[in-house]
Amino acid sequence: MRFMLMMHAPRGTGDYQINNWAPEDFKAHIAFMHALNAELTKAGEMVDCQGLTPPGQARIVRAGKGGAPAVTDGPFAEAKEFLAGYWIVEVDRPERAYEIAGKASAAPGPGGKPLIIPIEVRQVMSAPPDQA
Amino acid sequence: MNQLLDSAVGHLLRDLAPQVLGVVARRHDDFAAAEDAVQEALIAASTQWPRAGIPDNPKGWLYRVAVRRLTDQVRSEAARRQREDSVAAERSADEPFVPALDGDVVDQDDTLVLLFMCCHPALTPPSAIALTLRAVGGLTTAEIARAFLVPEATMAQRISRAKQSIKSSGTPFAMPSPDERAERLGAVLHVLYLIFSEGYTSTSGASLNRPDLSNEAIRLTRAVRALLPKDGEVGGLLALMLLTDARRSARTGAGGELIPLDEQDRSLWDKSLIAEGTTLVSDALSRGSAGSYQLQAAIAALHDEAPSTEDTDWPQILALYGLLERMSDNPMVTLNRAIAAAMVHGPAVGLELMAVLDDDPRVSGHYRLDAVRAHLLEMAGERERAVAHYRVAAERTTSIPERDYLLTKAARLPDG
Repeated sequence: MRFMLMMHAPRGTGDYQINNWAPEDFKAHIAFMHALNAELTKAGEMVDCQGLTPPGQARIVRAGKGGAPAVTDGPFAEAKEFLAGYWIVEVDRPERAYEIAGKASAAPGPGGKPLIIPIEVRQVMSAPPDQA
Repeated sequence: MNQLLDSAVGHLLRDLAPQVLGVVARRHDDFAAAEDAVQEALIAASTQWPRAGIPDNPKGWLYRVAVRRLTDQVRSEAARRQREDSVAAERSADEPFVPALDGDVVDQDDTLVLLFMCCHPALTPPSAIALTLRAVGGLTTAEIARAFLVPEATMAQRISRAKQSIKSSGTPFAMPSPDERAERLGAVLHVLYLIFSEGYTSTSGASLNRPDLSNEAIRLTRAVRALLPKDGEVGGLLALMLLTDARRSARTGAGGELIPLDEQDRSLWDKSLIAEGTTLVSDALSRGSAGSYQLQAAIAALHDEAPSTEDTDWPQILALYGLLERMSDNPMVTLNRAIAAAMVHGPAVGLELMAVLDDDPRVSGHYRLDAVRAHLLEMAGERERAVAHYRVAAERTTSIPERDYLLTKAARLPDG
């Protein structure tokens, strides 16, 4: 079964806070993520992972007149948190997805302190099991 | 360059893969290294043969290249050890470790031994599937990764973990003992069945069919049947695959939507696959005690032979599910028996039969219970309750086509 693990970062001023961290803290955070991704690949569980550009660069698109896209820059006042990145993992039970999310949540922040980032875990929908 | 030659090379390589690996693995006691070497030889052949033509003795060519790779590997390993430990260099780098090709590449079919190895019970199903497709099916890691929609690096790790598990289990490259064989053959058939289902239903993504995997499972099962022609369950599994695959083109609509059995256009079913599957299953059943694949195949045959849902031999299907239920203690079998019972004795009987499943922790809360209950309630004319169950089932399923189907069913029934 596949799960999407969505990492929600506090919105702040439109930048990820991580951009303002001390270089050594930033490096430790990135090293942690690299190690986690390598571990998932090694376990044969990694399907995909992506980091997203900061919310300041996000655009909201709606269908405009005649099908042309109508693009706006936000602001996204109502959103306190923003999707910073995600993993898609293939695991044999939900508990394993929670375990990975728990690990990712404890990524180190300033001063090496675990961030405890909220990670939303959702199962990816699939084609049906064999019936017909 | 030449597509025909390309595809001829592909077929030949995949047929030869297990034979060459068998010989190399027999002569070299490191299965993992032998498997890597043969994979490299296959990749070399797939780029060279379409340009230079197929060599006169393709099996010998693959064998030679694989052994050369192995020798190189052993040499560099020995050189490394020598560098690391000049005192205890066990072997000289010039010593040939791998017997040179003496022209007598044994013509013994090791496919079965390989399958027993790759489907070893010590492996998790995803690992066994990946290793089987590579070592026995002759597919490349990239092809397997594409079929399962995962990155190549992830698939490569699954394969290498599988080989590591085999190594640590201490399983020799040999036929299992006679008293072990039945259980190990069961594991092999299960892995082949999983490959087939993966191709037939696809566990992820929105699309329903990934036929290449189903075709590969059928090809491998045919190979097993050629080696064990008298085994009823091997014949039963092959029949089940063919009889299921026969309905493939009727199973999805133009938009990729799921079409259930009772709404399929039966003229689209593949008659030659049905004929072959039916002959196989009759032959297997005539050999006496029927196993679960034979029973499932027999049920599939009854569906395939029926001109419509109404004209299906439901009493016979009900009896077969009864036999299966006694054999397997599988709640999904009970559920199917409830459907068959509803078709024979009416929806009330079906609903009563499936009541026990609500207390079964393996399936309670499963969307299939709600989906079947909705269907039986619809049959009974209880539209309001049917709609409610269709909606609950749609909420619970993790499958997109299934969800769309259930919501369509609910929408078709006017409330109340």
